[in-house]
Order: sequence, then C-alpha cells, then structure tokens
Amino acid sequence: MPAASAESQWSRYTSWIDPKRTGRVLVSVLVLVIVLIVLWEGYKAMGKATGGMIPFTTVGLPVSPFDTSMPHTWDIAAALFGPAQRGADKSLLVLYLEAALFTFREVLLGFAIGSAVGFGLAVLFVVNAPIERGLMPYVVASQTVPLLAIAPMVVIWGSQIGLPSWGSVSLIAAYLSFFPVTINTVRGLRSPPPLAVELMRSYAASRTDLLRKVQIPASLPYVFTALKLAATASVVGAIVGELPAGLSVGLGRSLLRASFFFGTSPERLFAAVIVAALLGIVAFGLVAVAERIVVPEARRVEG
Amino acid sequence: MSAAAVRLDGTGKVFNPGSDGEVVALQAISLTIEEREFVSLIGPSGCGKSTMLRLIGDLLTPTSGEVTVKGKQAHRARLDRDYGMVFQHATLLEWRTVAKNVQLPLEVMGYDKTRRDMRTSELLELVQLEEFAEHYPWQLSGGMQQRVAIARALAFSPSILLMDEPFGALDEMTRERMQMELMAIWQQTDTTVIFVTHSIPEAVFLSTRVVVMSPRPGRISEMVAVDLPQPREFETREAPEFYAKLTEVREALRGFEVGR
Repeated sequence: MPAASAESQWSRYTSWIDPKRTGRVLVSVLVLVIVLIVLWEGYKAMGKATGGMIPFTTVGLPVSPFDTSMPHTWDIAAALFGPAQRGADKSLLVLYLEAALFTFREVLLGFAIGSAVGFGLAVLFVVNAPIERGLMPYVVASQTVPLLAIAPMVVIWGSQIGLPSWGSVSLIAAYLSFFPVTINTVRGLRSPPPLAVELMRSYAASRTDLLRKVQIPASLPYVFTALKLAATASVVGAIVGELPAGLSVGLGRSLLRASFFFGTSPERLFAAVIVAALLGIVAFGLVAVAERIVVPEARRVEG
Repeated sequence: MSAAAVRLDGTGKVFNPGSDGEVVALQAISLTIEEREFVSLIGPSGCGKSTMLRLIGDLLTPTSGEVTVKGKQAHRARLDRDYGMVFQHATLLEWRTVAKNVQLPLEVMGYDKTRRDMRTSELLELVQLEEFAEHYPWQLSGGMQQRVAIARALAFSPSILLMDEPFGALDEMTRERMQMELMAIWQQTDTTVIFVTHSIPEAVFLSTRVVVMSPRPGRISEMVAVDLPQPREFETREAPEFYAKLTEVREALRGFEVGR
C-alpha cells in the first residue's frame, strides 16, 4: 500500500499544524485565562467585602486583596497597552517585547550550548562508566550551587576574556539548562532493551554503530522531554543572569525595574511577569514543534 | 572433511563464581553439531539452554572448556559474522520500518545501498511480508514481527542460526504456521539451526536432533535423534512415528524428574 504509507509519512511531518488540535489548544488556553481572571477578581471582591479578612473570621487573607498588591486585571491590561513612560509613543507591551527579544537571543544561545554540552556529557557517561562515576557527583553538585553565587563570577570572567555581557548571560543560561539534558539523555541512551544490545553484538557492531543506530534513536523521546525542561531553564537562567550582568536592556532588567516601582504601580510588574511567562511558553513551544517534526507520533511522550 | 558447525568441549558456565550467589548454569557440556543440522535444546527452566545458546554465540564467555565454531573460537566466529540470532521477543527497532529493520545488520556490515535493497526485497519475499516493507513494527501482529526478526537474522546469510524460543510468545495457530515457514527456510538455505524451546511437539517437528537438558546444574541428560522423513509437512504431525518421538522426548524429560 504505497499510497497509504506515503500519506502517513507526509502527515508525520505536518501533524504539528493540525488545525483541529491547534483549535482545541487555543480554546483550552482561553478558558484557563478566563478562569484565572475570575478567580483573581473574585478573591479581590471577597477581600474588599470582608476588609481583608477570611470570611466569617478575623484572620487576615494570606495576600492582601487591595489594589496596591493585587491590581485589577484590567489595570494590568491597561498598563500593558498604555504608554511605556509618561508621554511616550511606545506602549509598555512593545517595550517589554523588545526586552524579551533581547533576552531571547541569550536564551537561544544558552539553550544551544547547554543542550550540546548536556548531550555530549551523557554520551561520554554512557560510553565510559568510570568517567560517569567520577564526574556525575560534580554534575549534580553544580546544580546545588545557587545561581546568584555563580552569575557574578561568570560575568566577571566573561568580561575578562572579552565576552559581551549578553554572552556571559547565555553561559549562565547554559549552566542551568545542561543538567536535565544530561540526566534524561543518559536514561534514554540506556533505554534500549538488553536484547537489542545483544543483537548488535551478534553482528560484531562497533560501539559507534551501537550508539548511532540503537542508543541515540532510542533516546530521542527522552532527549526531547529534557530539551523542553532545558528551554524553560534557559529562560530562567537568562533572566536571572541579566541582573548581575549590569545590562541596561533585557527582560531581567525590566522585571527588576518594575519591582522597584511596585509600591506606586504594581500593575507594571505583573505586566512584566506576563511577558516573561510568554517567553518561557514560546521557548517550550519551539521545542515541542521540533519534537513533532523529528519524533514520530507513536513514540512521543506527552508533557 | 570440514569442521563441525559447533563443538562444545567440556564447556561450563558459572555465574557469580566465588560469591554467595554462585550458580552453576552449565556443567561440562560436550556436544558436536554438524553443518546443516537442526538441533533443538529442550528442558525445564534453569537447565541452561539459553546460556548454552549464548555461549555458542559468544554473548557469554565460558568459565571452563571451549566453544569451537567452524573450527575457530566462538569469539572469532562472532567477529566473522557467522551467527544470526532470533530471540523470543522480536526486538525490532520501533523507529525503523520493516525494510529498515531487515537492513540493520547489512548497514552495520557495510553493504552498499543497492545490495541492501536487493537483499531486503528477497528476504521480505521469503517471509511473505513484501507489502509491509514500509510499515512500522507497531503496525504488525506478533507473528509478523517475528517473521521480520527472522528475515533480519537471515539478511547476511549467516551459516548458523541461533534461536531462543523464537515462537514462545505466539499463539498455537501462528506458531505452527511459523514452524512450517522456518522448515521451508531451513530447506532452502544451508543454515545450521540451534533452537531453544519449551515445546516438545515443536522440538520434534523441527529438529534432526533433540538435546534434552536437566537443571541444577545444567547438563545434557539425553539426545534423541529425530529421523522423521524430510521435508516435514503438515501431515508429519499426525504420523504415528511423530507421536513415538514425542513420547521418547517426554520420557527423557521425565526421567530426571522422577529421579529426584
């Protein structure tokens, strides 16, 4: 049945733009946003009615429902679409999106470096067990060191070797994103059943062939799960990394600036948080699209 | 005169030697298998039949004695690609089509694309799966998957086929049909087959010789030559001689059970 198989081959590459599926996703996202708005505004309305107390008690609500700490959703929206500064032509949304675009460059580079290093380490570990035993504790330990301690060092060292500030930020993003890739890829490379390995042995296959033809293809679903984690970790790394880098641009800087003015205009911080979340979703989504193209549907692990 | 296909000479295998978990899987096995024989290894769980197959295929190293294949060491034979292996589980690579699965050994062995494609269509014809070449393993039934595994094992024309309960996971109907197909393949090629099974009728129907094994420690307890006429056909299963052989193997299997 060549016709049928050609069709399934084709749908394998186009399934990620399945309009039905995209429609369903959009509807559920919309519903969720509405639910969140209702909850947010409901909490505020209830808090105002009770004077900031849990109903029928004299216990204060965990978060103050008043506009100074929880601005109305429409105020946040108004801030996003209003001018970036008094009298400016540019809207705050555009300003934040520009900042996000700058940060996205750091995210991309950090993700690329982190994923490559993470994958390379995983292959090294699987091929050579003594190296794994020796290095794995350090790989794990590296993730327990607070990012805030590492970031300034990376920025200083980076500037000493002539790296632009945003390049140092990418390294910080990479530092945060390589770890899930290493851990998951190691698992993935070890996922083929022992019989598949015996089979390759019976062909007197080389180590490289075992990797190329069995272990790496078998690891792909695991790798993509890891890459999704790495993409979001890279966003976090880039945003946090921007703070000690002394950059005057970028989303991290925008978030920091908005938090300075939280007392007078809290809606600006929430607006920045929304844009930061969008950046994370975009990074995740790009990996998900790549997965849909590379990994056939039957082998995909959702999530 | 050419060397025997496989010769085991005082071959033994001990797992975890010297520790608490020491298991004597096989004790001093001596067995000679001639070329073009079809030998079944049968016995209860733990009798070492799978271990013996893996020793012959150089997937395990014996702790005593020797394994000689076509006059050379088993290790050499594996590097020379003398073995085709089929396991109970088809072990197809799920991301490869049927055709690509059959080609796996050919890719490893450096066949060029033209030869690979030619060989693949020959083999898929042999196992009657031509129209499924572009299907993926999950689209096939268990029996079809196992036929792909057999085609893959035959792809590089190995002189020895090592089969570890290849039909063990199949239903009875499929199983008998697969036995017929394997018989036909064995007739058409010059392959020596060593076949591990739990099934007495399967062993008798397929084999020129049945090696009955017993456990703890794993050893050969009896050999039953099966001189039923070739080629074996559907009617073979209904012949009185077939039943006589079944009984003979069954008695051999019971012998050591009664004894303990």
